[in-house]
Amino acid sequence: MTDGANAALVEVLLRHADDNTILGQRLGEYISSAPELEEDLAIANGALDHIGVAMHLYEYAAEIAGGDASVDGYSMRRNEREFTNALIVEQPNTDFAHIVARSFLFGVYQKLLWEQLSRSSDERLAGIAARALKEATYHVTHARRWVVRLGDGTPESHARMQTAIDEMWRFTSELFEQPDIDSVLIESGVVFDITRERAKWDAAVDDALEEATLVRPEDPYQATGGRLGRHTEHLGHLLAEMQWLQRTYPGASW
Amino acid sequence: MSYDVPLAEGESVEEISVDSDQTTGWQLWEVFMRPKRGLAYTHCGSVHAADAESAVLNARDAYTRLGGTASLWVVPSSAIHASDDPTSMFEPADDKPYRHPTFYEIPDEVGQL
Amino acid sequence: MVSEHQTTFDETIAADEKIEPRDWMPDAYRNTLIRQIAQHAHSEVIGMQPEGNWITRAPTLLRKAILIAKVQDEAGHGLYLYSAAETLGVSRDELQEMLHSGRHKYSSIFNYPTLSWADIGVIGWLVDGAAIVNQIMLQGASYGPYARAMVRICKEESFHARQGYAILMTLAKGTDEQRQMLQDAVDRWWWPALMMFGPHDSESTHTEQSMDWKIKRMSNDDLRQLYVDQTVPQGEYLGITFPDPDLHFDEESGHWRFGEIDWDEFWAVVTGDGPMNRERVAHKKKAWEDGAWVREAATAYAVKHAAETAKVA
Repeated sequence: MTDGANAALVEVLLRHADDNTILGQRLGEYISSAPELEEDLAIANGALDHIGVAMHLYEYAAEIAGGDASVDGYSMRRNEREFTNALIVEQPNTDFAHIVARSFLFGVYQKLLWEQLSRSSDERLAGIAARALKEATYHVTHARRWVVRLGDGTPESHARMQTAIDEMWRFTSELFEQPDIDSVLIESGVVFDITRERAKWDAAVDDALEEATLVRPEDPYQATGGRLGRHTEHLGHLLAEMQWLQRTYPGASW
Repeated sequence: MSYDVPLAEGESVEEISVDSDQTTGWQLWEVFMRPKRGLAYTHCGSVHAADAESAVLNARDAYTRLGGTASLWVVPSSAIHASDDPTSMFEPADDKPYRHPTFYEIPDEVGQL
Repeated sequence: MVSEHQTTFDETIAADEKIEPRDWMPDAYRNTLIRQIAQHAHSEVIGMQPEGNWITRAPTLLRKAILIAKVQDEAGHGLYLYSAAETLGVSRDELQEMLHSGRHKYSSIFNYPTLSWADIGVIGWLVDGAAIVNQIMLQGASYGPYARAMVRICKEESFHARQGYAILMTLAKGTDEQRQMLQDAVDRWWWPALMMFGPHDSESTHTEQSMDWKIKRMSNDDLRQLYVDQTVPQGEYLGITFPDPDLHFDEESGHWRFGEIDWDEFWAVVTGDGPMNRERVAHKKKAWEDGAWVREAATAYAVKHAAETAKVA
């Protein structure tokens, strides 16, 4: 591959790794606070899946980038502006409905993404994606189950689920943005045009919302910037906590 | 020892009313796991869930973390009916040795039987 | 007169066979088991908090994943144990209510705070080490569902102590600050870990009955000695010192001898006045109360859709 293509691939890998790191961190935060023990177990499984995928992606990125790049360096020593995760994954665990809404809306996107990337001409990436696809399929099953139960549960749960969907909605279009740098990789079949998956996402989300007796939000405003490292204010706090040990004791091994 | 928290002075083991039919929470489900194709399901524990679909997912998250599972069953605990009185139910079978192949002596030269 | 039921029960115990849920059992045996299994379950669940306290700050993604897996196991093990208790005729909700209202306790070790990353390693090494000594013994407990839960738990937990020790080996080989962090954690956790085994046998009123019933298979002091003997050499390998000037190897008996536990502290923590007792229960109650609307929604949904489910089945 050319240097340009390599640089682009590193960016793609970091982007998806960051999504998984940040969502894994958010889910990890919630463990021991779930409504039932069974749900603590489920949330922890999700966190482990996301962190596992992040590590595989960072590892691959570090190999391509060479030098002193590493999984720990990427995850623990980059700044807020260097993280290119989507804004939705950094949104806080406001309540269980928000956690479910975030996992569902993002999960449907991620499943489509892994389906694409499991066909990548880059075998290593295709392998990571194929494994992640199985996990994402489960995440969607789990989250969708809750969207439906909370939406079609009690008046209180319905209201909370609708609020959560409404509040997460503005972070969903960003998931289907395709950064320009990807074009060189699209040509070689390493990655694919994600914008083409949007209709499938709409269909899957609409289907769940309908079953859940929820309304698709109409707010036209859509936030953006995550892929360029322009985040909501939540990410800085998340990173301050996540990276605290590495930042406090520079150079130490853990 | 760690889990047997000692009784403090003046404290005693509390009597707990059992069979109180308290059903405030989610239903209890028994979980059966098939370790791999070709093997029978074995009981591995229980989970709580409000409905069957949730019970399957909860059982997956609780009992398959170490891998080694090919499929799961969940059954409402209330649907299980157990045998009673082992003496009359099962001991009669112990007195029928002729049901076991080792009861019969067959000369070696007869070969595989 | 001893009833026929009692005789069957006694013979089953004497033959080292298991008591199973539908068997007749003395009320005192049932109550003791419910209390112990429930408190074991509560310990697992409350134990998620001190370690969960470091999930967001774990120093690498790998350490984070390992820690999440471990805290998740604790949730799972709480679940298995509640399952075992439920076979005795109580519901998990009732048992949780006993925990929330303070009528049930949990292992006092979880009433200490985790103040540094080294605490996560030390909990794995010292606390899980002590738990394993206990739980291996409990695999032989006379109540079938409890013993079976222990077998599953011991299998899954086999990595817990090792991951803790691995954290500590890294710290021991690290910077001066890391070694200080390690020593400080050992200083704070060593005595509470020894307290995990409970009062001296001479002070432990219901130990004898539990041993007769084969719920416990070894006494508190014997287990504690076993633990100290296996743990002290592991500490020497790490290059730490134990906060006990009386700790020494007794050539004659082949055992490590140790100083006296501060029993005032022990009883203070057991009866509710440890550094984190209030916080731990408050966190648990809050999670439970915050989750009420979710649990109710799931039930409401199930009731609404019961007819369809029946059709599918």
